[in-house]
Amino acid sequence: MKIFFTLNGKEIEIETPPDRRVVDLLREDLNLTGTKEGCGEGECGVCTILVDGESRLSCLMLSPQLEGRKVTTIEGLASGEKLHPVQEAFVEFGAVQCGFCTPGMILRAVDLLQKNPNPTRLEIRGGISGNLCRCTGYQKIVDAVAAAARKMNQENGGLIY
Amino acid sequence: MTIQNNILKVGRTTPRADAYAKVTGKEKYAVDYYDRDFLWAGVKRAGVAHARVKSIDVERAQAISGVLAVLTHRDVHGSNRQGVARKDQPVLAANKVRHCGDAVALVVAQDKSALQKALELITVDYEPLPAVFDPEEALKEGAPFVQEKNPDGNVLLKGTLQSGDAEAAFEECDAIVEASFKVPYQEHAYLETEGGWAILKEDGMLEMVVSTQTPFRDRAEVAEALGLDQKKIRIIVPYCGGAFGGKDGVSVQTFLGLAAIHCPNRPVKIWLSREESFLSSPKRHPCRLHYRLGAKSDGTLYALTASACYDTGPYDHLGGAVMALGLEHAASPYRIPNLRLQAWSVYTNNPIAGPFRGFGVPQVTAAMEQMVDRVAAKLGLSPLEIRLKNAVEEGGKNGLGISLTGSVHLKDCLVKIREHPFWKEKERWKSLAAPFKRRGLGLACVMHGIGYGPIVPDVANAKIELTSEGRFLIFSGVVDMGQGNATTYLQITGSILNQDPIDLELVLPDTERTLPSGSASASRTTFTFGNALIEAAKDLKERILQDSSDLVMAGGKEEMILLPGRIRHLPTGREILLSDLAKTLDDSEKVATGYFSAPVAKEFPTEDHALRLHGIPHAIFSYGAHLACVEVDELTGEVEVKRYLAVSDCGKVINPQIFEQQIQGGIAQGLGYALCEDFIVQNGEVQTKNLTTYTIPTALDVPDFESIAVEFEEPSGPFGLKGAGEIAIDGPLPAIANAVADACGIRLSRFPLTPERVLKALTEKGS
Repeated sequence: MKIFFTLNGKEIEIETPPDRRVVDLLREDLNLTGTKEGCGEGECGVCTILVDGESRLSCLMLSPQLEGRKVTTIEGLASGEKLHPVQEAFVEFGAVQCGFCTPGMILRAVDLLQKNPNPTRLEIRGGISGNLCRCTGYQKIVDAVAAAARKMNQENGGLIY
Repeated sequence: MTIQNNILKVGRTTPRADAYAKVTGKEKYAVDYYDRDFLWAGVKRAGVAHARVKSIDVERAQAISGVLAVLTHRDVHGSNRQGVARKDQPVLAANKVRHCGDAVALVVAQDKSALQKALELITVDYEPLPAVFDPEEALKEGAPFVQEKNPDGNVLLKGTLQSGDAEAAFEECDAIVEASFKVPYQEHAYLETEGGWAILKEDGMLEMVVSTQTPFRDRAEVAEALGLDQKKIRIIVPYCGGAFGGKDGVSVQTFLGLAAIHCPNRPVKIWLSREESFLSSPKRHPCRLHYRLGAKSDGTLYALTASACYDTGPYDHLGGAVMALGLEHAASPYRIPNLRLQAWSVYTNNPIAGPFRGFGVPQVTAAMEQMVDRVAAKLGLSPLEIRLKNAVEEGGKNGLGISLTGSVHLKDCLVKIREHPFWKEKERWKSLAAPFKRRGLGLACVMHGIGYGPIVPDVANAKIELTSEGRFLIFSGVVDMGQGNATTYLQITGSILNQDPIDLELVLPDTERTLPSGSASASRTTFTFGNALIEAAKDLKERILQDSSDLVMAGGKEEMILLPGRIRHLPTGREILLSDLAKTLDDSEKVATGYFSAPVAKEFPTEDHALRLHGIPHAIFSYGAHLACVEVDELTGEVEVKRYLAVSDCGKVINPQIFEQQIQGGIAQGLGYALCEDFIVQNGEVQTKNLTTYTIPTALDVPDFESIAVEFEEPSGPFGLKGAGEIAIDGPLPAIANAVADACGIRLSRFPLTPERVLKALTEKGS
């Protein structure tokens, strides 16, 4: 079947079997390998993408579910060379080790900060608790998300705390 | 990828060189290649723990449309054997399967659906054999043999280390404690499961891109197992998506090679599912330990007997070396004059056990550090003071009688804990526990040997090249599986050559381009390769200065200094661009190499050659002291780690951020090992088949960790560094167990400390 959706700001049309998982559509058919797969059953979160701005697990979605939606993968988060504040903070605060959880973790954090621009450390931990990381012990990821929140609030002229 | 920063300096946090590509999704891992016309390969696993293979029927699988090859042991034209110390594992099982994850056939297909169908249609006729699942049963007479040709029955390796007379010394002790412990499997659960791709090219080269810690060793293994010329194999290793020891050795490499040979000129890809990874990959060895420790009334640790029985599964897979490192560390970092330490690595029909960060040491540290607390309690002494009293010291000897010639600053770590508010205010903190909660603190001392030990050559070869553009290529022969060593290599080079990161470029491990430098393991990655790299960088710097001095007819290289992208002649201020200098040099002049061989101990605590060969003893150790502050819920049995402090003696720190990553990540894995990671195997069958049932810590399960480095220089280390990759995982289990005992007076013998076990112990204690 043919599906239409917006992928990283561009409208696309693609032929796909109806039972094709979104993670396979992205990785294999569209070569967007920034979206990872770690378990294939919704436990690890490394396949996280944004669908209409909300974080979703692409291993648990089938391609037709993208019809008419706006999809953002990690490749579409930065504006050209300019990194999203969450990406920038992940680099600066050492939130990246092996990096396999990183794309999903960043997109999950972006969703979290959209809903809660001033999260406490505990709220950040809760917010990313569906995304596993085996390298960092999460501390530097929490540092990075907290720092990104501060920066985004400053940039948006919001509360500085 | 380069770092947007100024001149690199050792000792300063530098953002990781790999971070930009990883946060933008541009980094290509071994599993990220989907070339045109690529094929999928997959493995038929045994599903039975021990059986004779009577026949393998592949006919129906071959008939599936889209299937290109169904291969069995008959299609393997080499030794069909893999393994590091002992080649006792078949690539594809021939006569016999020895655990449920054994591979019996390999399928290559055009797509995943044909692959899946074919795998299901392969039928194997098995004749079940009596199996052994308990390592202590496996040692008994009459137990079924797992490796029928092994002269020592089911013993892969055993060993004893002793000094003084432990049995007699117990008579002189004022307090003796004795206990048994059972520590579980631990699954690495790296988020990138095993995978990669390979192609057999028209010129006969087999090229492979794979997630591994050991490209050069793998190349030799693939060649031997498949009957190929090593020179016709090239292995390329991008950044790995985690490994932690689990990718030390062959996982899918021989399968990829075999598949590629049978489908030439087509890229073939393998990527294990999570379930297959859990089924077939090596785990941390489960271990049974029995300890007896005696002390004098003043707290002097005086006598120790210890035994550790490691269940290694059906194949060596470094299980002997893991046991040996455990044996060497079994007395922890204390001067105990009388000891007898024994260990066994035992074949069973359980899953394969092998290297996992810590390499046998977390098991023995779990036991020993709880024993120290027990004997302290019996004598009414502080667990901190008894450790300070017995801790090894620089220039002294350890319990095995080996002179400690490297830097030793364990006592400084313990003093840091004593001065820390967590310790100083511990009684007040404990008293603030909410109703039905009990709080406690627990300590553990840790030590970790660096490198391979006395016999297996622990060497690295670094290479740096000045390019015609005046930039530098750094050829790293050691894999970066996520630890950030590649960034550290840039930092070392940039620091010596005084260069901006924009002018430095890494070449990741590639058997064609980089030089053999051993495995990314054994806390050696930066220690050994870093030393080789320093030599290469210094050599290249001297040459650049000399050549530029000659070029401008200066009075000598002392008049020249190396600056980012250029060289300055100091007396005149004249500057030469590195790109201009490069034009005047031969290719051979633009390359410098460095070699380093790690220091080895000159004393031996044993005459047993097998133990020496398996790594005993080490010359350089890192040390540390850990403090866990926990809260136990009396109603649910749940243990929550509220605070955690790790003080580490890993020498000087090259990049504080990367060092903290290692310590924090190690603690988190250790915390999972202590509290929630229960990999369950029954009759050889994995019960915890995926991440739904095998739970690793989430962000909500760990606190913020406090990490302090006591930075004393290790003279043999690069810029004074000692290895830091493993040591942090050795401490959490005993520190947490000691904290639980402090909180509510219970001691469990079985780990992890799940709420069910803790609640049961609390109930038993209450009644």
